[in-house]
Amino acid sequence: MAGGFFGGVHPEYNKELSRGKSIRVMPLPEQLTVYFSQNLGAPSNAVVKKGEEVKKGQVIAQPGGFVSTPVHSPTSGKIKSTGFYPSPVGTLMEAAVIIPDGRDEWEEGCDRERDTAGLTSDEIKDIVKEAGIVGMGGATFPTHVKLSPPEDKPIDILILNGAECEPYLTSDHRLMLEKTEEILEGASLFARAINVKNIVVAIEKNKPGAIEKMREAVEGRDGFSVEPMEVIYPQGAEKQLIYSITGRKVPAGGLPMEAGALVQNVGTCLAAFEAARLSRPLIQRVVAVTGSGIKNPGNVLARVGTSFRDIIDFCGGMTDDTAKVISGGPMMGVSQYSLDSAVNKGTSGIVLLKADEVAQFENEPCIRCGRCLVVCPMKLNPSALSIFAERMRYEETGEHGVADCIECGSCAYVCPSKRPLVQHFKRAKAEIRNRSKKAG
Amino acid sequence: MLTAVIALAGLGLLGSLGLAIAARVFAVETDPRAEEIEEVLPGANCGACGKPGCFDLAREIARGNADIDACPVGGEKAAKAIGKIMGIDFSGGGERYVALVLCAGDNKEALKKYQYNGIYDCVSVDMFFGGDKACSYGCLGLGTCAGACPFGAIDILPEGIAKVDSDKCTGCGKCIEACPKGIIKLVPAGRNVHILCSSHDKGAAAKKKCRVACIGCQKCVKAAPEGAIHMDDFLAVINYDAEIPESVAGECPMGTIKVFKTEDSAGQETAGGGS
Ligand code: SF4
Ligand code: SF4
Ligand code: SF4
Ligand code: SF4
Repeated sequence: MAGGFFGGVHPEYNKELSRGKSIRVMPLPEQLTVYFSQNLGAPSNAVVKKGEEVKKGQVIAQPGGFVSTPVHSPTSGKIKSTGFYPSPVGTLMEAAVIIPDGRDEWEEGCDRERDTAGLTSDEIKDIVKEAGIVGMGGATFPTHVKLSPPEDKPIDILILNGAECEPYLTSDHRLMLEKTEEILEGASLFARAINVKNIVVAIEKNKPGAIEKMREAVEGRDGFSVEPMEVIYPQGAEKQLIYSITGRKVPAGGLPMEAGALVQNVGTCLAAFEAARLSRPLIQRVVAVTGSGIKNPGNVLARVGTSFRDIIDFCGGMTDDTAKVISGGPMMGVSQYSLDSAVNKGTSGIVLLKADEVAQFENEPCIRCGRCLVVCPMKLNPSALSIFAERMRYEETGEHGVADCIECGSCAYVCPSKRPLVQHFKRAKAEIRNRSKKAG
Repeated sequence: MLTAVIALAGLGLLGSLGLAIAARVFAVETDPRAEEIEEVLPGANCGACGKPGCFDLAREIARGNADIDACPVGGEKAAKAIGKIMGIDFSGGGERYVALVLCAGDNKEALKKYQYNGIYDCVSVDMFFGGDKACSYGCLGLGTCAGACPFGAIDILPEGIAKVDSDKCTGCGKCIEACPKGIIKLVPAGRNVHILCSSHDKGAAAKKKCRVACIGCQKCVKAAPEGAIHMDDFLAVINYDAEIPESVAGECPMGTIKVFKTEDSAGQETAGGGS
């Protein structure tokens, strides 16, 4: 039984709203807004223009570097326009508005069955890279980069992240129940790509059904095991998960591979399976649509580029007293001001909350209670960090490790002064990045 | 009791003696000119020259490592005085520059796209969809510039927009660095016609977002003397070297062009002392 990293919190999980609802396939909407850049790292570059016809699966943006991915058209149709649109990550981002022609016609070479048994490590990496696969738990880090560790950092364990510790979200839960075999197939491909024999499926104990299903499915599969995890937020954060399972620490500022572990979200495994077996690039994902503000909560398989408005309509619309729409969960998600925001590869959920569930607060001073220190899973001192940030002493936030903050929000969750701690840290990180950019 | 007091006093004496000796032993030779120059500098320690404080600049000037006009705040007057101390003729000296916020879209004129509830800081709100204003170019009005100004020259008006008091402004440029929208510019003091907009949105889009936005109609370009106003990507921009008649403001259908005088003398008085 695995569980214990330092710190963490126990928010209300509220998963019962949508966890019992099977994944429903959303019909093709009337238009799609597909962001040209959908990964962490270098932005991708658009290769299509207004007026162009595109096929389903056709590349519409090319990677802008190694730590970058291509973006594919989610259907066949015509590019009506390009421009800047609000994106779920909280920026205005350039996107193509695609009007589907209704034929949903694949690009040549896509959607063909392939025998995956003989694929070599390099072939798997290439497939993943070309399919534009990113971490689908929300981080959108390019998956092929994770599959290419330096030779002096051997990896000996692959962890499938089915923790889904973020409140409300249920998309990974449903995937584990409904796409069990596909996920494990995808995981086998990852394991082959990095030559790892030990594969652990990590699931929080509040998903007994998924644990059961996975246990049955790994039976007879060499190297696979299922590990039920203590229910504590942020159990699914990469570094915390690695520690819980292996007891190994990822060094400050380091990547998980430095602890000899590779973590892949279960949704990412499914995407890899579909890319390898069916030659389908990543153009759709499961989104949990939930919260007290949605009339008919559920889990929706939607094309990348589907607007929040269309998804919400598909789920019966929102209640009149909905006050906040969040992309992702309430702990790490980003509130949206426009329903024009569209699903990207990292949109794991849309949470709609009513006014009485949304806190409005003043920026109160820190009372030095120390609660944030006790819960910070990175063992930082959020109190001190926030005070430095408030006084614009960003260098000191750097010295006190703000770069290690995983923005989990545990500190802000317990802070009795309701301080916007994570916002301070995001601001400090941005400032430090800018300064080092200026300094060359 | 008494012995304790005496002992403490003795300790104190010993301590101060030690300090006095240390001061002699570790004393750093300072160029007397550095101290004289420090007298002339404004003493604001604003850092606009790139040094941590006024004395650091004074020392560098005395050593010949910095120019006599290296203090943008002291300006010409300080440069002349420093020139005297250093025995260098100050020949340069141009116009005094003051900061100007190129936006007039306050909360009455400009549309908001969402209600912000977070840290009171322009950079922070800017990180969130480019700010709460519909216009992604305009002043966010949370006063990060005002906080950065060492001379208290910027006010945030009740309507939620930053305004520079050109009387107090020394042209140090700190606010320019602080503003995430990059809409503060240094302009020569004493000018009175200004185009207060930074939006590169096309006319129709700009108009929808703000009632005083430049819509790129070019009426001002035609009304002004040749080359005095030019278009930069749907935005009219003033060439401050040119003379622009105040009547040009009346040509603007949006009221984007404002007539007010940026003070051309006051800042020098606070900085350099009498002339
Ligand atoms: S400081 Fe960062 S890592 Fe620590 S609890 Fe707060 S958000 Fe999480
Ligand atoms: S929890 Fe809030 S009030 Fe308490 S020490 Fe941390 S920041 Fe300060
Ligand atoms: S407004 Fe203040 S910060 Fe800006 S240039 Fe003038 S004195 Fe410097
Ligand atoms: S001028 Fe810039 S820094 Fe100043 S209030 Fe406006 S947006 Fe903020």
